[in-house]
Amino acid sequence: MELPVVNDEQVEILLSDLLEQYGYDFTGYSRASLKRRIIRLYSLDKALSFAEFRYKVNNDPAYFKRFVEQITVNVTEMFRDPQFFKTLRETVLPKLGTYPFIRIWLAGCSTGEEAYSISIVLKELNLLHKSLIYATDLNPSVLEKAAQGMFALGQMKQYSENYIAAGGTMDFSGYYSANYSLAKFDDELRRKIIFSTHNLVSDHSFNEFQLILCRNVLIYFDRDLQNNVLELFDESLEDLGYLALGTKETIDFSPVNKKYKRLPAHKIWRKVS
Amino acid sequence: MSTCDAFIIGGSAGSLDVLLKVLPEIRPDLPFPIIIVIHRKHGADSLLPDLLSSRTKLIVKEADEKEKIVAGTIYIAPSDYHLLIEMDRTFSLDYSEKVNYSRPAIDVTFQTAAEAYKNKLVCLLLSGSNADGVKGLKTVKAWAGKAVIQDPDSAQVAYMPEQAKKHVEIDRILRIEDVAEFINLLR
Repeated sequence: MELPVVNDEQVEILLSDLLEQYGYDFTGYSRASLKRRIIRLYSLDKALSFAEFRYKVNNDPAYFKRFVEQITVNVTEMFRDPQFFKTLRETVLPKLGTYPFIRIWLAGCSTGEEAYSISIVLKELNLLHKSLIYATDLNPSVLEKAAQGMFALGQMKQYSENYIAAGGTMDFSGYYSANYSLAKFDDELRRKIIFSTHNLVSDHSFNEFQLILCRNVLIYFDRDLQNNVLELFDESLEDLGYLALGTKETIDFSPVNKKYKRLPAHKIWRKVS
Repeated sequence: MSTCDAFIIGGSAGSLDVLLKVLPEIRPDLPFPIIIVIHRKHGADSLLPDLLSSRTKLIVKEADEKEKIVAGTIYIAPSDYHLLIEMDRTFSLDYSEKVNYSRPAIDVTFQTAAEAYKNKLVCLLLSGSNADGVKGLKTVKAWAGKAVIQDPDSAQVAYMPEQAKKHVEIDRILRIEDVAEFINLLR
């Protein structure tokens, strides 16, 4: 079986089912990745036929939940791209530190690794007490995991290296306690994070922020949807606020780009007008 | 009528040397794009495009998401992302789980390109120490594309092309010194 078990037409059928049945709009997602993940799930769950697969998605709420969780990408890590976190620590957050209160939106937070990373940096800069991180994702199940603040202990070596490369000077293992195969991060880090569902495709702006991070989410969207989301971010960002995207993402193709100035060599833009 | 709309090269350990030997020999008026997916360590980025760029007159660049794939350009899969080809022959990037312990995974690019280019696709698998790319070549064949491998005897690490030879009906087996000519004669 080398030809795909789910064809393009069937992908479109599933996408319109999701929209009609559940109000989840994936039609602006790039197809190659989405299709690959649908095929992956289809094989993983050993679906007997497309009809059966489709029936389950449409009629079994628990399976629908699994479907959404599996077709979206939820791979993330702490202090991913250490250089980026170094710039946050040394340039962006100190600037925001002059404000009486710092509001941060982490859009597409997945299982929360980045939220805790930011929290750690804020704490070390002595800014955590006056900060609030809104960490959002469209998947309720990843948010539940994020709220627990428990990550695989086996990852900690890598995360600790990332942390040091990102300019961290404390003992990283001081931030969690080991519990069997899990590392449970301090409640203090969690206290300033609000985990909440938000769908970038269909939900509106809900606050004004000084920093919005959305890294490696836009790559899954087509250009039109990317532009809509960048406009949503623009509406939600204060003047002189910062927008941070993933290494391979840009605002260059969006009309909002005229209002922004890029920090040299980084995927961070500051709203200047 | 063209027989090749895209040429994709996958490789792992021992493949960089092959690229450095082959690229200077590639004709500068290449009528199709070359897309390169090789395993490399995440981090010290942009070095590979610069290195390869110094060996050819063709444009060498890292593939950008949503970028239209055009003839005469050599695209390199960015480190730590999977590189996918959309049906409209643009690139997509994806930060999903590693495949065959690799990101970028050769399988992912081969498999998505197979459907986008069908019988106008030629894929070459070079030296390497794991079997990434083998499933991808099978998909390429299923969509009537061509599967080509480096001669395992000429590979620094024979495992990858050997696995392909074992599991896929290979169209051509090339020694290093024949790779450039093979590419230059494709239309």
